[in-house]
Amino acid sequence: MATWQPDPSFYPSPRMAAKAPAEKVAYVAAFDPERKIPDAIAVVDVDPASSSYSQIIGQVDMPNAGDELHHFGWNACSSCLCPNAPHPHMERRYLIVPGLRSSRLHIIDTKPDPKNPKIIRVIEPEEIAEKAGYSRLHTIHCGPEGIYVNALGNAEGKAPGGIFLLDPNSFDVLGQWEMDRGPQKLAYDFWWHLGHDTMITSEWGTPDTFENGLVPEILLGSKYGRRLHFWDLHKRKHLQEIDLGEEYQLVFELRPAHNPTKAYGFVGCVISLKDLSASIWTWYRDGDKWGVKKIIEIPAEPADPELLPPVLKGFGAVAPLVTDIDLSMDDRFLYVSCWGTGDMIQYDVSDPFNPKETGRVRIGGIVSRATHPKAKNGALNGGPQMVEISRDGKRVYFTNSLYGPIDPQFYPEGVEGWMVKLDAGDNGGIKFDEKFFVDWPRSHRPHQVRLEGGDCSSDSYCYP
Amino acid sequence: MTSISPWLVLTGLGAFHGVNPAMGWLFAVALGLHRGSRRIVVQSLIPIAIGHAVSIGLVAVVAVLLGLIVDQHVLETGAGIVLLGWAAYQALYGHRHRVRIGMTTGMVGLGLWSFLMATAHGAGLMLVPVVIPLCLSAMPGQQLTAAGSLPIALAAIATHMAAMLAVILVIAVSVYSWFGLSFLRRGWINFDYIWIAALTVTGLILIVR
Repeated sequence: MATWQPDPSFYPSPRMAAKAPAEKVAYVAAFDPERKIPDAIAVVDVDPASSSYSQIIGQVDMPNAGDELHHFGWNACSSCLCPNAPHPHMERRYLIVPGLRSSRLHIIDTKPDPKNPKIIRVIEPEEIAEKAGYSRLHTIHCGPEGIYVNALGNAEGKAPGGIFLLDPNSFDVLGQWEMDRGPQKLAYDFWWHLGHDTMITSEWGTPDTFENGLVPEILLGSKYGRRLHFWDLHKRKHLQEIDLGEEYQLVFELRPAHNPTKAYGFVGCVISLKDLSASIWTWYRDGDKWGVKKIIEIPAEPADPELLPPVLKGFGAVAPLVTDIDLSMDDRFLYVSCWGTGDMIQYDVSDPFNPKETGRVRIGGIVSRATHPKAKNGALNGGPQMVEISRDGKRVYFTNSLYGPIDPQFYPEGVEGWMVKLDAGDNGGIKFDEKFFVDWPRSHRPHQVRLEGGDCSSDSYCYP
Repeated sequence: MTSISPWLVLTGLGAFHGVNPAMGWLFAVALGLHRGSRRIVVQSLIPIAIGHAVSIGLVAVVAVLLGLIVDQHVLETGAGIVLLGWAAYQALYGHRHRVRIGMTTGMVGLGLWSFLMATAHGAGLMLVPVVIPLCLSAMPGQQLTAAGSLPIALAAIATHMAAMLAVILVIAVSVYSWFGLSFLRRGWINFDYIWIAALTVTGLILIVR
């Protein structure tokens, strides 16, 4: 499996990665909310010069139904070039695709034909439970010690959730990552600052509190996650916990600065119990500790209760529901998905404590049902959700489904899947690519997007 | 010491170890880039060299001391088998190890890192075929003693380290100051392959000789 030269898609620094060639295909996780037909990784043509642009041109079906494919990642990436743990003679070739519900892990080979990927190995949940003690697999990152996988539940589906390691060559499960987890119980996302030897993890809840949808009593009781955890990446030891506060619920996607010398990053909080607003927070190095500061608050929009799903009727307002964020490779633009209102907002975060809105588009949304020039039906549902940025920052892709059992809580008639693309200006500003609209086949709903060769949430770097 | 060639081999191996980015110059460059200082690049080479020297020194001293009590042929065959085993281990599990030292490391951590990298890669073992004959060939009319052999072993290590240090100094400073890191993308050839081949060849030389 080793090669003579590093994979051409590995870049020492984010500055170099931003000059990477444009992606020609995107891989998109798609799941059947009925759990009857196997989920799939779809291959979408994103090459504007191709005759099948904006179409699904390939697909690999999972061997079972009901996995709930969600997030996924690559076997190897630019962190292989790190000087302290160099192993650069690998290929970025395999997609590591977990089932969030099934806890099954699929290894998918994207070569020799990137448009026709194949499953080469399936690791069953029993093996993961036995060797790593975890279930409900969520985020994947390639990193210094191999492939890191996080899980929202332990082997019994309870707390604590955590992280385990996979061997990057054999894909064997190596075992639990944490050596001292301190007070951490809940899990959602994780990433790191390679330049500061720090891992950060966020919180959702235990599987029994989300697998049948969000539970209002738990939400209103502030029992879902609201904390950030900071860890020593190499000692694998919990260092610090930061509680955002009782009013903040569901602390999701973590986006550390790509520049490894910078010690700050952004995290989205889905909802405030006080006023249904969503918020973005910056974490930063503060002396020998980490601190956080709320930098953006996105207010709820008043709406006619008639148009609202039961869960929001009593409030008379649409919650923005920030469910995903993504940071451009140059750490300049932060994209914020408001799955409730239907907005995709672009902020200039050059100054991480003083964001400036530089662009906004609306599509779907609980009340707005905003359309797209290439959409047939004129009233789209679902809203901006998993968002991915090309390495050069010029193209932004996103899909509209959140999670099988939660989709109908906010979109009671169901979510009809779509994937769209924005063109981003060099100095900010976003607009829809009117030629790109994937009307997703009704059997499935699309979730995370990964771009050929890497994207803005797939790789981490050791050199500035 | 009738021939100059073992010293040339030690110098050549020093240069070979130095060129390999995994042996330290790249870490020094990275630390310099993080802390914005060429002085850090040069300073970092000192613990890297010390860690490497301690690792190969331990192997050389063990080999020489063993040589005083074990027949040289037996020692060479044994060392050859260890080298082949090390090559096999590198080929199979070389990638699988804990990462203990990161980008915030101090100079002590860097020295430890260099020691671990050199040891795990069998850097010292690679020198054994040169060190054994050099240190354990008694001069005519003289007894083979530790007092006679160890200074030669130290001179061997010093020669190796001088070559390595010169190479990492030139590469690290040039890359930091002028070339930048983009050449790594294609230019970082797989030293592990060459390394495993070197370990295997060295092991075979020892066994067959």
